[in-house]
Amino acid sequence: MNVLEIQNVTKRFGNLVAVNDISLNVAKGEMCAIIGPNGAGKTTFFNLISGFFPPTSGAITFDGRNITRLATHERVARGMARTFQITEIFPELTVFENVRIAAEVASGYRLRPWITRSEKADIHSHVEATLKLVSLETKTDRLVGELAHGDQRAAEIAMALALKPHLLLLDEPTAGMGDQETYHITQLIRRLHRESNYTIALIEHDMRVVFHLADRICVLDQGRMLAQGTPKEIADNETVQAAYLGTAA
Amino acid sequence: MSGEQSRKLIVLAAIWALLILAPYWMVPLGGYTALATRVLVLGLAAMSVNFLLGFTGVLSFGHAAYFGLGAYGAGLTLKYLALSTPLALIAGILVGGICGSILGLLIVRRRGVYFAMVTIAFGQVFYYIAFQWSSLTGGDDGLRGFSRQPLDFGLFKIDILSSDMAFYFFVLFCFAIAVSSMGFILRSPFGRTMIAIRENERRSRFLGIPVERHIWIAFSLSCFFMGFAGALYALVNNFADPRGLHYSQSGDFVIMAVMGGMRSFWGPLLGAAVFVTLQDYLSSVTVNWMSFLGLLFVLVVLFFPRGLLGVLHRSNT
Repeated sequence: MNVLEIQNVTKRFGNLVAVNDISLNVAKGEMCAIIGPNGAGKTTFFNLISGFFPPTSGAITFDGRNITRLATHERVARGMARTFQITEIFPELTVFENVRIAAEVASGYRLRPWITRSEKADIHSHVEATLKLVSLETKTDRLVGELAHGDQRAAEIAMALALKPHLLLLDEPTAGMGDQETYHITQLIRRLHRESNYTIALIEHDMRVVFHLADRICVLDQGRMLAQGTPKEIADNETVQAAYLGTAA
Repeated sequence: MSGEQSRKLIVLAAIWALLILAPYWMVPLGGYTALATRVLVLGLAAMSVNFLLGFTGVLSFGHAAYFGLGAYGAGLTLKYLALSTPLALIAGILVGGICGSILGLLIVRRRGVYFAMVTIAFGQVFYYIAFQWSSLTGGDDGLRGFSRQPLDFGLFKIDILSSDMAFYFFVLFCFAIAVSSMGFILRSPFGRTMIAIRENERRSRFLGIPVERHIWIAFSLSCFFMGFAGALYALVNNFADPRGLHYSQSGDFVIMAVMGGMRSFWGPLLGAAVFVTLQDYLSSVTVNWMSFLGLLFVLVVLFFPRGLLGVLHRSNT
């Protein structure tokens, strides 16, 4: 079953066609990577999926429902979570508080003037379990703004996970990271996929990461879908090699 | 963690002790009870502005409108409808709060400077209505001819009209109700979404928070608190003034909040205390008291960007 179905989506900004007639399905439990040179339309494509703006044409279906015109928070409420290329967190709150807000919203408590003791205990254990999953359990009381870059990314992923998403969208999770941090985040994403069975779509520049993680790779170039297939198929694809991999290497 | 909590409790107890004992320690220091009452009321107004500014990250420059509406609501109730102090307060809260929630619907899609400009514009609309509609509001002269009424509990009466002391404690009681509701809201899951929006609007949206709706709720709540403060202010003066709705009054509230420390819950009360006390003292010395207050404000913003209370916080940690 497909979690996400995208049919012939196009996004125009004036004369610029940022995303041109792209179709893509993401199956439950799958890890789908989107690659492509700068300006290929990867982030615009992600913004269309997550509801930053509506597409000019085409349709997006999530869990069997048409969400093409839904607002961002409504998509999140249906189980879609995303992280950003530039980390989006609550810098002046602690790691725990960051994730707690996500957990409370996901539990439907966002408008509540109070929560009961047992609801509070559930939230706490959910937050702690999530922080353990991303290996931040020893830093719960630190301000997120004071953490190292890699830990901030992990905190952002933890906030996304606390929403209990059916689909996790990761926009360049290893952007700006050193080798060590890249390794840790890659291991984390791998665990989320293999052990926790999350359905994940990610944009990534680092080819080692992509070929190491993904079940399927989609190559975008100038707003178009150049090719999609297993890592091996993509590595053997001559068009892709010419347009992207060849020049990158 | 528990050390932190007990420290907070001690600070809280100290604040309330200071407030409860204010009529006793202010007079020997050269103050007077009515001054303390004004500090409480304007402090509540500054805290209401800060509910939005410091905890949702939204700057309203027209909040005096809801303050003034609360004052006129209370004054008109006492003058024309019922000789009852509690009813006047309730009327003030409702007038300020309901007008705020209706206008809030039109305002919350704006951000930053545009938000501030639109709030000023709507605030001025109310100012001119109060100014022009002389038959109802008394126009430029303000609304006169009403006074707060003694509280009648059936078995006994509390004379808040002639006893400054009794009135102070009545205002303190109202202040306590308003401020504890504010604190309660800020510690709730809803309050945490307000802080989330302040910290990072995009992240809040992508956590599934409908940001506009939450800002609207926070805006409306702060207008209800503002109406409460305005209604109390009408009782303090037995008078409602159109200048209470003017944007320069909104500016005063923002100055109190920023000077006291807008990231702290109690900061605006300290800001209001400094503002009102200095105003009271300086205006008896010079007509140019505003320039001294302005200078102090500039110094605070330059050297203590987190406000007077922000400095205390830092020296503690």
